[in-house]
Amino acid sequence: MGLLDQEFTDGNIVIAKTEDLFNWARLSSLWQVGFGLACCAIEMMATSASHYDFDRFGVIPRPSPRQSDVIIISGTVTLKMAIRIKRLYEQMPDPKYVISMGSCSNCGGPYWEHGYHVLKGVDRVIPVDVYVPGCPPRPEALLEGLLKLQEKIRNESIVKPNRYGLIGKSA
Amino acid sequence: MKTAEEIFNLLKEKFGDSIIELKTDKPVEHYLVVDPLMVNKICMFLRNENGLQFDSLMNLSGVDDANGDKVKDEQELESIKGGTLSVFYHLESTSLKHKLTLKTSTGREKPEVVTVTEVWKGADWHEREAYDMYGIIFINHPDLRRILMPYDWEYGYPLRKDYKNPEFYQGMKVPY
Repeated sequence: MGLLDQEFTDGNIVIAKTEDLFNWARLSSLWQVGFGLACCAIEMMATSASHYDFDRFGVIPRPSPRQSDVIIISGTVTLKMAIRIKRLYEQMPDPKYVISMGSCSNCGGPYWEHGYHVLKGVDRVIPVDVYVPGCPPRPEALLEGLLKLQEKIRNESIVKPNRYGLIGKSA
Repeated sequence: MKTAEEIFNLLKEKFGDSIIELKTDKPVEHYLVVDPLMVNKICMFLRNENGLQFDSLMNLSGVDDANGDKVKDEQELESIKGGTLSVFYHLESTSLKHKLTLKTSTGREKPEVVTVTEVWKGADWHEREAYDMYGIIFINHPDLRRILMPYDWEYGYPLRKDYKNPEFYQGMKVPY
């Protein structure tokens, strides 16, 4: 936050709610699993490259699920691969997030009827936070998906909702 | 360079009844139909003979001819009984610049073709794919297991015309 230093004239204490701080930290450095499946992965790599620069949102590919925060399912999920994806997801530490990128991973895409080998949506094996439509989605669309995920994380709570479904407020 | 007709006559002389016919009536390249249990010997000859030198197997693919009888079982599910499955071989001689297509047909109930892996190493994975998709057994193949579908796939061969997809695979729902 480059603007923060101009807001204060002296002192070095910033007061924030733990929740806001945690959420801000989490959403600002989402490391993605270095993992791609099909043509969407090409577009995902383009998003990482200098033109679109995923890194400006804190997203870098991490070649280990054990040190990653988000997995982008970028491509056709075959039944054979679905088992491996589930394994990857299970190896990620909490809190973890899933972006489903492209029609194949959302719902089977063009393989929805005759794809004998295709899982009709990755949400049949792992929970998905954000669905990005497109075949394949443009890098802008994936960026939008990431911003949506950041928005979701920004509104998360480390406190359980109370019996009225409200967080941090009494009824 | 030799034409399919010349090669047919050459093979007919050497292999007799194992060379079944030369198909010229289709709007595609002329092709030879051969005996599935002799195809390795024929291919070895095609590769080694001085005037032929087919050093490259460009492609090998299975085909479901679906020429059997369509039968329905109690649950109204249609399947094909009898008829044939085929294997096509596309050969090329990179030195003599000629090409040849071979076809061999085998019974659908017990589809067996002799492997050509000892002639062209590259046939290995092509034959595994034909096995994976059509269930064609390649006799003497060094490593005949599925190549694209999961190794534990037990719901049949997906590119057969009467294939039916399972409802579930390892707890995952398969249909849309």
